Amino acid sequence: MEYFLQNLINALQWGSFYAVISIGYSMVYGVLMVFNFAHGDIFMIGTYIGFAIATFFIAVFSAMLPTWVIFAAVVIITMFLASWVGVFVEVVGYRPLRQAPRASAAITGLMIGIIFETGILIFLGAKRLSFPPLMESTVYNFGGVYFTNVKVMVIVISLLLMLALHWLIQKTKWGMAMRAMSFDFLAVPLMGVSINIIAPLTFAIGAGLASVAGILYGQAYPILDPYMGVLIGWKAFVAAILGGRGSIKGAAMAGYLLGFIEIFVAMIFPSTFRDLIAYSIILLILTYRPRGFFGMEYSTKLRL
Amino acid sequence: MRKIAFLLAVAFVIAFAFSGCGDKERETVIKVGINAPLTGDIPKVGEGSKYAAQMWLEDIEKAGGIEVGGKKYKVELVIEDNESKSDSAVKANTKMITQDDVLVIVGPQSSAQAVPAGEVANNYKTVMISPWSTNPATTLDRPYVFRGCFLDPFQGPVVANFITEEFGFTKAAVLYDVASDYPKGLAEVFKAAWEKKNGAGSVVAYESFTTKDTDFSSQLTKIIRSGAEVLFTPQYYNEVPLIVKQAKDLGWTGPIVGSDSWGSAETVELCGEPCYGLFFSSHYAAAGAKGATKEFIDRYNTAHGYIPDDVAALTWDALRLAQQAIENVSAITGKIETDRTAVRDSLAKVKDFAGITGNMTFTEEGDPIKCAVIVKINDKGEYEFYKSVCP
Repeated sequence: MEYFLQNLINALQWGSFYAVISIGYSMVYGVLMVFNFAHGDIFMIGTYIGFAIATFFIAVFSAMLPTWVIFAAVVIITMFLASWVGVFVEVVGYRPLRQAPRASAAITGLMIGIIFETGILIFLGAKRLSFPPLMESTVYNFGGVYFTNVKVMVIVISLLLMLALHWLIQKTKWGMAMRAMSFDFLAVPLMGVSINIIAPLTFAIGAGLASVAGILYGQAYPILDPYMGVLIGWKAFVAAILGGRGSIKGAAMAGYLLGFIEIFVAMIFPSTFRDLIAYSIILLILTYRPRGFFGMEYSTKLRL
Repeated sequence: MRKIAFLLAVAFVIAFAFSGCGDKERETVIKVGINAPLTGDIPKVGEGSKYAAQMWLEDIEKAGGIEVGGKKYKVELVIEDNESKSDSAVKANTKMITQDDVLVIVGPQSSAQAVPAGEVANNYKTVMISPWSTNPATTLDRPYVFRGCFLDPFQGPVVANFITEEFGFTKAAVLYDVASDYPKGLAEVFKAAWEKKNGAGSVVAYESFTTKDTDFSSQLTKIIRSGAEVLFTPQYYNEVPLIVKQAKDLGWTGPIVGSDSWGSAETVELCGEPCYGLFFSSHYAAAGAKGATKEFIDRYNTAHGYIPDDVAALTWDALRLAQQAIENVSAITGKIETDRTAVRDSLAKVKDFAGITGNMTFTEEGDPIKCAVIVKINDKGEYEFYKSVCP
């Protein structure tokens, strides 16, 4: 039993990252109907920004401010800066190609991702960096189930972020504009809602979320390298498809599902087969439900 | 006018012929070639090789040369830069063998250069000792090529022995990257060695992941549940900190042991305190060294201002091996081909050579049987010599 509970916590932590990152894919798809393949690298840039801010704050303020204030400040400033990275990607990579075939726009995203990776590589070198701990890690033993305060924090903050996003999209005017845009991106601009505001806003929110995921990631897996976003980015993309294209709720749930499948497959089967079995399961799900959990029925109106 | 030119030409020819005669009477000089990456990706490796070689030459000159069959011969070093490139390493070897008439070549250091350069040395029947190359192909089926370090898989049994002797454990777990040759090979060898010692099924958890994975929680949970007493993980510095941290977070309290891939200074930089007190096997450890090893380190440190790394120490041993092989030859004939073969035969017979990186005896393949060093990461985060373990 505690073996199961232990893996449940492992899966919740691991799934949180997939969930928060895959939301970024879904949001952009909802508005622009294109997948932002630079998202994994936006996550990486966000982590590096978080690293810089965290290092600075710990060096300057650690003596005078309590831990949680530093943590909150790092999260807010990083989110703010990273959202501009999202805006940059939209303006440079996607806006000029808005009328171009969708595949071209997707490739642009890939190129921007590579530019980010090599940019970091050139400016910071291939040397791995170690993300400074923003809080003292304590291990708790709860009847044979081990967890740390960092793990709990990762899970709780991820859930809070998703709830906040849900509120933003369902209850605010900006959220309404985004939903309207994903409903009909031709008619809505005619109603006076500019796509040139809504699109960068969507990118900014996605990048902001990814950067917080990056800070949390830095706390749980504190090694940074320029290619850290590639694999997790692709897996989160899988989650976004599994959840249903454009569905934020679906992306979040599929993110957790992916985390659970990866962890529990390794629990039951030899870990050598983990990815083989895990992604075969996902292939099966998509074979029988190609539009994912909450995706719209496929139609010729969809452009990708 | 023409006559004068003719006479001059004749005079030249005669002078040339005589000078040739004089050459033959000149004493034979033993030339030792060094093939090292002085520039390129790993110049620090080249620098270490060069400094070690110069120190060795100093010693020889102090002794008045190498004594062979009761006669002292002067020694010259020929240092060639291979730019850390395979083709340059091949070129350097060819030049040293065919133009400089070297007796022995020490180097190249990296397997990428040592494998092709070894082919050249073997074809020209010239002894080559690579101090640092761990790829089996370097010496495989090449009677003239030797190495100064142990092969990667050799560490498996060494670590298994160490854990059994040190802790008396009988149940071990392995966590390795299934997509990378070095960890995969080492994990397999360790498993075989451990089960030979402690019976089938004594590796109670044999878990893997894929390159670039960062979450090992599921595998580690399994390992902890299996009742393993020790975890062996032959990974690189970018994974070791994550594995160690996650294992501790999941309640692992036993020792975690690694291999020489941990040896990079970055392991401790990235890992910090959680890695203190852990062990790994290696070629050499600077901190806590004793005897001749310490002497070498101190001398190097005084001359160049920093602690020598494993390359310098292994190069030093390779040169001293070459020296011993030359000294054991009955006589230097001055015919370079004969002498090269004589040195090769003598080197293959070297037994229990006392090197600063351990005692060495060569196998048929030209790989040394030597003891490995177990390094402990001490409380200051330094790599400290803990003990020497033999297979």
